[in-house]
Amino acid sequence: MSMAQIEIQLIAAVVAAACALPGVFLVLRRTAMMSDAISHSILFGIVLAFFITEDLTSPFLIIAATLTGVLTVSLVELLGKTGLLKEDASIGLVFPVLFSIGVILVARYAGDVHLDTDAILLGELAFAPFNRFEIFGVDIGPKSLWLMSGIFLIDALFIFLFYKELKLSTFDSALAASLGFAPGMIHYALMTLVSITAVGAFDAVGSILVVALMVAPPASAYLLTDRLKWMLLLSVGLGIAGALSGFWIATLFDVSISGAMASMSGVVFLLIFLFAPDRGLIAAARRKMRQRWEFAQTMLAIHLFTHEGLPEANRENRFDHLDEHLRWNEPFSRRVVSLAEKNGLLRQTNGFLELTPSGRENARKAIVR
Amino acid sequence: MNIAEVLHNLLFDYTLRTVALGAGILGIVSGALGCFAMLRRQSLLGDSVSHTALPGIAVAFLLTGTKSPVMMILGAAVAGWLGTYAVIQIVRRSRIKTDTALGLILSVFFGFGLVLLTYIQKLPNSRQAGLEKFLFGQASALLVEDVITMGILGGIVILTLFFFWKEFKLLSFDPDFLEILGFPVRWIESLLTLILVIAIVIGLQTVGVVLMSAMVVAPAAAARQWTDRLSLMVVLAALFGAISGIAGAVISSLTAHLPTGPTIVLCISAIVIISITLAPNRGLFWKWLRQLNDRRRLALEAVLLDLYELSRQHADPQHPHSVETIRTMSFHTARVDKSLEILEEKNLARRIPGEYWAITDMGRAEAEKSIQNMERRT
Repeated sequence: MSMAQIEIQLIAAVVAAACALPGVFLVLRRTAMMSDAISHSILFGIVLAFFITEDLTSPFLIIAATLTGVLTVSLVELLGKTGLLKEDASIGLVFPVLFSIGVILVARYAGDVHLDTDAILLGELAFAPFNRFEIFGVDIGPKSLWLMSGIFLIDALFIFLFYKELKLSTFDSALAASLGFAPGMIHYALMTLVSITAVGAFDAVGSILVVALMVAPPASAYLLTDRLKWMLLLSVGLGIAGALSGFWIATLFDVSISGAMASMSGVVFLLIFLFAPDRGLIAAARRKMRQRWEFAQTMLAIHLFTHEGLPEANRENRFDHLDEHLRWNEPFSRRVVSLAEKNGLLRQTNGFLELTPSGRENARKAIVR
Repeated sequence: MNIAEVLHNLLFDYTLRTVALGAGILGIVSGALGCFAMLRRQSLLGDSVSHTALPGIAVAFLLTGTKSPVMMILGAAVAGWLGTYAVIQIVRRSRIKTDTALGLILSVFFGFGLVLLTYIQKLPNSRQAGLEKFLFGQASALLVEDVITMGILGGIVILTLFFFWKEFKLLSFDPDFLEILGFPVRWIESLLTLILVIAIVIGLQTVGVVLMSAMVVAPAAAARQWTDRLSLMVVLAALFGAISGIAGAVISSLTAHLPTGPTIVLCISAIVIISITLAPNRGLFWKWLRQLNDRRRLALEAVLLDLYELSRQHADPQHPHSVETIRTMSFHTARVDKSLEILEEKNLARRIPGEYWAITDMGRAEAEKSIQNMERRT
């Protein structure tokens, strides 16, 4: 592994971690698409500030772009407040406008400076280590590593300090408001955080893939846990896992690193979507299967219980009668009966089915329920 | 350049004519379909579909090795439809909400598309150049062949819309009723999604992946402000879409370094702003005017009632009262003087020298009438 590769991986990991933190709240607050809007419209702020500073990593540029992100959020809310448009339509209206202005500015005036929309939209992590951060002439690493670490710390610190407020306003904003926590303020603070993070991440991974890093890991973590703290930690972990595996795949096939990072975040999500212990597709299917057999056994127990000890019991409580009464085909009946036998619910003698005490108990409980 | 010259170019300049035609078709189709997306609260689906189309374009190129518009659009449509299906399945089968599913699928598919694009770029044959134009769109590179494909597909979309109009309308407003009537709701839903996907992918080459979402949302949002009728809304949205498409193409052809896609988006956004502010009834300007009017009328009535109340305290109903008294009684102190002047104009109140006012007989009658009205209402 070369030095540059290590540095790229460090940057990728930090970017993923920094994006995952505010992303958790976006996912929980159902405003995930706001990250899409913000990450697109900051182009406008970046371009404007770039014309003034001519430096893609200047702090002024970051501030200006962050303000554009916040502007996007407030424009969306302003449009929503008119009552003329739904929120999703407002989002879909605002960011293309700002983005278009950004693209036009680049096309018209940035012909001879180093700024093109491809770079902003798609990012190129491979070049990140070339931009060094020097203090008193001493090289202390890539600029974007320092920048993203700083942003990660800001995110983490904000969430740490306002954990209670964020949690409350996310899960019960009415209660938060009535307790005097100003959910509106928290919303804007969070959106500012999203903007800062998106701005910091755009030149490493590009603005569209910021969305992947903000949404995919928290969505995956959401399927694994019900606890906010765990969701935050898992998101960071899964984000880093996606980023690093993405880096290696990109190196292996010589393709876009940011694209591979996003793809791998998607793969991580897919795996969790399928295999998550409780909420995964497979776990759900298995649960459904188990419940089906359990239900059938209970049905059988109830059937036997109702006819037990009555004159018709000899006819009703037989294996070959199940087809007529419960509409079960033979293989299914055999499976259910053998399962019930194994679970000690009934005994079978010469095709006659007799409940055990625990089978009787089972039926009685099911009827009462 | 004068208007005649622009018209001349529009008709006879090959590039401009092609671009304008393409942008116009795109505007009509996405405008019409966008109405349904908007009414079904799926405005952001357009954003998602256009991004998810990217890997489809790349795969189509990898499989066929050509850049024929039909193949590109087919690939884009398959990927866009797949993405939409994934969004629907994620929402249906887990606790993840629509917005998260949209953002997830959009960005992951786009990332994968990017991976494929960079892979294609490194392939030895160099015919792949130009796939990037799908990112931002490159209207100036449109060929007649492309426009014909767009026209045929757009025509199919519009025809489908026409034939299934009743079903789509019901689906948008009352899907439960549609189901009760015995229609296969799932199929109708899939059909509508399919033609929305086609409407989006035929525009990708012109305005690009990123801005195509605006072409779905904006014309519908503008049209919505002018009417409450679906048929009129769809026609208006198509019209707005076409106007902004053609206007964007013309404006960007007149100016150097003005990309067509963003220009089209700015044109349609201008139409949205005009619609939101000036559309009759719903427009913000008229709403503001109505509010202003109401406020004035209420202030006027309040002052008249105050005067009436004062006059009842005296044997002589024409007894003059000082402005200060009325001001103290009034809720809107700022408007008292203005309201009194208007009352005087209407002969409902009378000015008595030295800043004194009295109600007139007409004013008394008016006040009694409005008190009666209020009582009847409560």
